[in-house]
Amino acid sequence: MSVVTQASAASARDAAPEREWRPPSYWPFVIPALVVVLAVIIFPWVFTIWMSLNEWKVGSPITFVGLANYLRLPADPRFVEAVEHTLLYTALSVLLPLVFGTLAAIVFHQKFAARGFLRGIFIMPMMATPVAIALVWTMMFHPQLGVLNYLLSLVGLPPQLWVFNPTTVIPSLVLVETWQWTPLVMLIVLGGLAAIPTEPYESAQIDGANFWQVFRFITLPLIMPFLFIAGMIRMIDAVKSFDIIFAITQGGPGSASETINVYLYSVAFVYYDLGYGSAIAVVFFLLIIALAALLLYLRKRMLWTTELGAGA
Amino acid sequence: MNLRQLLGRVGLWLSVLTIVSPAILFFLWMASLSLKFEVDNAAYPPVFIPENFAWKNYADVLASNRFLTYFVNSVIVTGSATGLAMLVGVPAGYGIARMAAHKSAVVILIARITPGLSYLIPLFLLFQWLGLLGTLVPQVIIHLVVTVPIVIWIMIGYFETTPLELEEAALIDGATRWQVFRHVALPIAKPGLAVAFILAVIFSWNNFVFGIVLAGRETRTLPVAVYNMISFDQLSWGPLAAAALIVTAPVLLLTVMAQRQIVAGLTAGAVKGG
Repeated sequence: MSVVTQASAASARDAAPEREWRPPSYWPFVIPALVVVLAVIIFPWVFTIWMSLNEWKVGSPITFVGLANYLRLPADPRFVEAVEHTLLYTALSVLLPLVFGTLAAIVFHQKFAARGFLRGIFIMPMMATPVAIALVWTMMFHPQLGVLNYLLSLVGLPPQLWVFNPTTVIPSLVLVETWQWTPLVMLIVLGGLAAIPTEPYESAQIDGANFWQVFRFITLPLIMPFLFIAGMIRMIDAVKSFDIIFAITQGGPGSASETINVYLYSVAFVYYDLGYGSAIAVVFFLLIIALAALLLYLRKRMLWTTELGAGA
Repeated sequence: MNLRQLLGRVGLWLSVLTIVSPAILFFLWMASLSLKFEVDNAAYPPVFIPENFAWKNYADVLASNRFLTYFVNSVIVTGSATGLAMLVGVPAGYGIARMAAHKSAVVILIARITPGLSYLIPLFLLFQWLGLLGTLVPQVIIHLVVTVPIVIWIMIGYFETTPLELEEAALIDGATRWQVFRHVALPIAKPGLAVAFILAVIFSWNNFVFGIVLAGRETRTLPVAVYNMISFDQLSWGPLAAAALIVTAPVLLLTVMAQRQIVAGLTAGAVKGG
């Protein structure tokens, strides 16, 4: 219900004409927050960019090195590998929650008893303390004592090494990430479903369309903008994912699950190579922006093609 | 109800059960792990409901005075970071909404995109230089990175939807802008305050990355304390799971009790800090 009100409130806000009444000064309300934002968000950014241009290890003197830290990056095999891990991890952690979240949203869009309560249960994985759930997943992944291998044996599948094997560690972590973040996709898509008018469904019913046809040709196009937003948010969070990976594997075994964020932690706070760490932080941020721009571009192209398709 | 409807009903409930089961089964298994003695936790096939409940796992965790310290740390950090964020963020949300300064939201967007670790490098150096490491102050300040954007973002949304007529009338009657905010705008935005407060508390409570860098032995928050237990106490699962459940229990309770507010807040801004 709250999703409906939220969505309709948002559309009402967008539709409202520009207000004329603009009182002269609301600055005093904003200034305290501005100070805080300057101190904890803007200052760190400026400082990070400056630090990335210096050779700066804790305990040794600071020397200006220009772009040398950035030039180190492509030649650093651990960094290159971390980028690959991050991209794989992100792609899987965007796609799987999108699929499951959409399915779950379709179910939660129906009316049934205790829906609000069950929705509360459903979103528990994403609200729970990540380190606490990582700890339980670690126990569940245990090759001998873990419950997951027992569940596999029930359906006749061979036991796995899960996060203890370099080839299965990333899919295993994605399993946790998917379990954790499918609810967020569900909530966003559910908001989209609530905003769909009923007329297309009524005429589809008259035309005798089956469930799949209704989903493919009516629901999916109409919730596309919401899926896009969900995908964007998921991408931003998956790229930055840290708690789950760090608490379960610390980037291991070896460096098989070391993502950029985990590597950044090691460089900055294990080796205390702060200049190089800052360069990684800047490149990391630019990578997220680039991925977001890529998604926006793909969305634009897709819209363009469907419009052409509809026109033809 | 005819057969077709009945089948539809059964199908719906089966789908509902299927999609909520990963969450339910996980947390039940977590509870099960926390209530078993080592014998049962090491049993194969796994035991779901043990014959004897190991309540002592919880007693042990709660009795350790370390855990109490960490709990107090978590309450102080989350409480102060949320309180400060409400104090500066609510008026800011109001000011931004009334000035229609939508471009300022870009800063919040950047804060949302930036990885938490990027803030840590410069702020770590700053705190070191100020000699604050070893106290809780650095963690309170850095948690503002999480809480302030959440509060501002959600409050902008709420103040934009509250009616302006009352505020205009109050201004014409000679009320100051602060009085209008305090006595007209704020009471109407109460649901928004609840949403902002709840989400700020949860994401600050859950935060881990700031703690592992900034916390010393005496200044750990609960997530960091639990992480350290993983590395040093790997073999006894019962107390570990009990500790994990105690850490996340307040958040889970809040989620189920305030799911309406949480859903409203998450769909409005889809916020998550750090």
